[in-house]
Amino acid sequence: MGRHSSSALLEVDDVIVKFGGVTAVNRATFSAHRGQITGLIGPNGAGKTTCFNVITGLQKPTSGRVRYQERDVTRWPVHKRAKHGIGRTFQRLEAFGSLTVRDNVRVARDIHGGPVAWVRPGGRANLEIDVLLDRVGIGQYADERADSIPTGTARLLELARALACNPQLLLLDEPSSGLDESETDAFGDLLKDLAAEGAAILMVEHDMDLVMAVCDDIHVLDFGQIIASGTPADVRTDPVVQRAYLGYAEADDHTSELDPVTATMLEAQA
Amino acid sequence: MGSLFAFTLLGLFTGAAYAIMASGLVLTYTTTRVFNIAHGAFGMVLAFTFWDFTQRQGLPTVLSLFLVLGVVAPAIGWFIQRFVTRGLGEGPVSVALVVTVGLLVGLIGLAQQIWKPEARVLLPFYADTGWQLGDTYITAHQVVTITCSVVVAVGLYLLLNRTRIGTAMRASVDNPELLKLFGGRPDTVAALAWAIGMSLAALGGILLTPVVGLDYYALTLLVINAYAAAMLGRLKSLPLTFAGAMGLGILESWAVAYLPTDGFWSTVRPVIPALFLFAIVVLMPQAQLRIGQVKGIIAAPVPSVPRAFGSGAALLGLAFVLISLVSRADVLLIGVAATYAMVMLSLVLLTGYGGHVSLAQFTFAGVGALAYAKLDEPNLLGLAMAALISAGVGALVALPVLRLTGLYLALSTMAFAVLMDKMIFQAEFAFKFNGTLATERLSILGVRIGSDTSYVWFMVLCFVLMGLLLLWLRRGALGRILIAMRDSPSGCGTLGLDLRWFRVGLFSLSAGMAGLAGGLFAGLRGTVGAADFLYFQSLLVLLLAVVFGVTSVTGALLGGAALMLLPVWQSSQPELAGLLFAILGFGAVLLGRDPNGIANHLFKLGRWGTGRVLPHWEDQFRERLDGLLKAARPEPARSIDALVDAGIEEPKGVG
Repeated sequence: MGRHSSSALLEVDDVIVKFGGVTAVNRATFSAHRGQITGLIGPNGAGKTTCFNVITGLQKPTSGRVRYQERDVTRWPVHKRAKHGIGRTFQRLEAFGSLTVRDNVRVARDIHGGPVAWVRPGGRANLEIDVLLDRVGIGQYADERADSIPTGTARLLELARALACNPQLLLLDEPSSGLDESETDAFGDLLKDLAAEGAAILMVEHDMDLVMAVCDDIHVLDFGQIIASGTPADVRTDPVVQRAYLGYAEADDHTSELDPVTATMLEAQA
Repeated sequence: MGSLFAFTLLGLFTGAAYAIMASGLVLTYTTTRVFNIAHGAFGMVLAFTFWDFTQRQGLPTVLSLFLVLGVVAPAIGWFIQRFVTRGLGEGPVSVALVVTVGLLVGLIGLAQQIWKPEARVLLPFYADTGWQLGDTYITAHQVVTITCSVVVAVGLYLLLNRTRIGTAMRASVDNPELLKLFGGRPDTVAALAWAIGMSLAALGGILLTPVVGLDYYALTLLVINAYAAAMLGRLKSLPLTFAGAMGLGILESWAVAYLPTDGFWSTVRPVIPALFLFAIVVLMPQAQLRIGQVKGIIAAPVPSVPRAFGSGAALLGLAFVLISLVSRADVLLIGVAATYAMVMLSLVLLTGYGGHVSLAQFTFAGVGALAYAKLDEPNLLGLAMAALISAGVGALVALPVLRLTGLYLALSTMAFAVLMDKMIFQAEFAFKFNGTLATERLSILGVRIGSDTSYVWFMVLCFVLMGLLLLWLRRGALGRILIAMRDSPSGCGTLGLDLRWFRVGLFSLSAGMAGLAGGLFAGLRGTVGAADFLYFQSLLVLLLAVVFGVTSVTGALLGGAALMLLPVWQSSQPELAGLLFAILGFGAVLLGRDPNGIANHLFKLGRWGTGRVLPHWEDQFRERLDGLLKAARPEPARSIDALVDAGIEEPKGVG
């Protein structure tokens, strides 16, 4: 955790989120760095999406801080963080269903450009939007309404929408679910390209093959707590992680009934 | 000191009745997520029913009370939940609001139709009984009221905490879907909640009738008192709702005791609930953005540019012919229709495109009219100032609620409309009580538009220009962002849109449009008064806008014409005046779920018709137009460089 702290773009510091009596996130501390892909993994309900909501400002933490670009942004509103380069996609989709795929991205550009851009005629905008749609691989859906495209495509649309705002920090919430194998491979390459261009990517993901293949750093969340952090190789062999995940397996005694994360985790180890 | 105690005590009695009413509102809202604006109207109808049973049918009081509270009210509640409000809670807030506003107007019409206006008295319970407590006289009715409120409080506590169905109700507050998974029956829970809620509305209405009178509107407006009380508990907590109701009752009582009984201050008392509401809304913490699902809305089609201009020109021509044919009185009516249509255009922007509901749109027209009359600058500058002042007032209304969700914005606008209607418009500095202000017709560049015909035609022109402006906005970035915001506020927020200020700007623009209409209306009439801008008019504006289609300019035009015709029909058939309200209100209940309204069906019919008679006329027209344009100004070809440029530039954006 402390390895890169000097150059961290994002630092989540000792964040606690409580919903009534339930502690969704318990003293989470982690960071994300420019040019790197950081994975956030853990079983369902471990608090991963809540962490994203805290970072983007949709959820106020009970305590703890969020630092971004070496500034304390804990009390910043959602839109201000976005303006400063934090972009995200959602696990439960938030695409604009009444608009076409192209217009979804165009709205992102409109919003990013601010009121001055709303009255400026957008001569080259269309071209740039289409280039962006092709880049994430959904160019052929450009003229379809966003509530009529497949889930996986809608996730890529959310990515394109976020990219239209030139984010420095990109939060991706289960971006590959709904994609088939070849699409996932292409998506992994895209992520690496984006990181190589300098973006910091923080990703919640259940596809362990993808996580192990693209992530530079991984943090494992369980019951709201970070139980392990490190490179894919470190995490894979971490005794705490093994105990936590294998512990479930022993208690259950039926590998088939494991939740998908644990199952894929074990698979990836094997 | 003695009198302070006495007035506090009196306030508690009224507060107790408010508490009964408010707890019913909270119960239905928390279990079904439908805020029943018609809660007070149901209380009104049921109080009239109680009067009917006791006074007209001559049934004993206790039996009547049992019939109303135990049979009629629960039956109505069950019926409304089953057939009217079911499933509304999961849809957009604007739809639920329109449907319940439709219920409100329909119920007022129904009551006026069944119980024709005449003086009616509903005696308090045990009218002649009372006790002297120190220097205070306490009536039996007051004791009954407070006893009822205690019984309701204890009963609701026991129901919610000690019974199975009560537990299901509390669970349903958090997550009806989850409740279904665990074998609960959300429909039964919802029906029960509405049945109880309706009984509580009835009890509150009956207990308050001796205080506010057996009046269609006064009892209906009690929903604002109930809402204000419930807001203290954020529409969730029953104990806080009771506290809010008591506080409101005491404040009202103190106002009676300590405010001067003449002049401006005498108008404060009726608006205390509205003021109380604003105070609480300002103190409410910021609402969290909700994360939902992809849900697109089918909207009426946006006409192409040639079609929009063509329709505008056709309308101007039609108006010209109409205006020269009809009598002077009818010319003025066309001007009134144009006013309504322009106010409805402001709702097309706010509700149709933006998904927010305003129950005060005609009040903003009133602000515009007042400003136009007071400025006494009958020219374009004066008109623009009137619109700007309305826009400013609109921003002031939206500011305190901009941190909250759409429901609170809509309800606060209703409180604002009542506040303006009952206090500000009647004040000395405004139209004065029962007074009017004289206004001049507009002059443009020194030329006065004096004659009725040319002034009304100018109003139609204003409507056309406003409609074209609206369509231009809808096609551009603003229109896209409006739709995006309606589909996913969270998505817009995380892309960098400041929703709070965007919402204020939208609301303010819409209020400004209504204000412009109001200024033109003032010039048309020559004299305007507070009676022209009653809060109830705003509800009719909203309903007719939705019925005829709040997503299109055509809908606004048709709605404006219909709203102009409504009083004409009513005065030609006075015995059916109430029925027309009832038809309109309940019609909106049926049509409110589709905000595209009648206009959209006409569009479909029109497309079907042109498809048969003149297929592709528009394409041919456009081709010809493009040909002409190209001949005049050759389009520069897109260079291959631009393509390459964009291709290289875009990926860098991430860094």
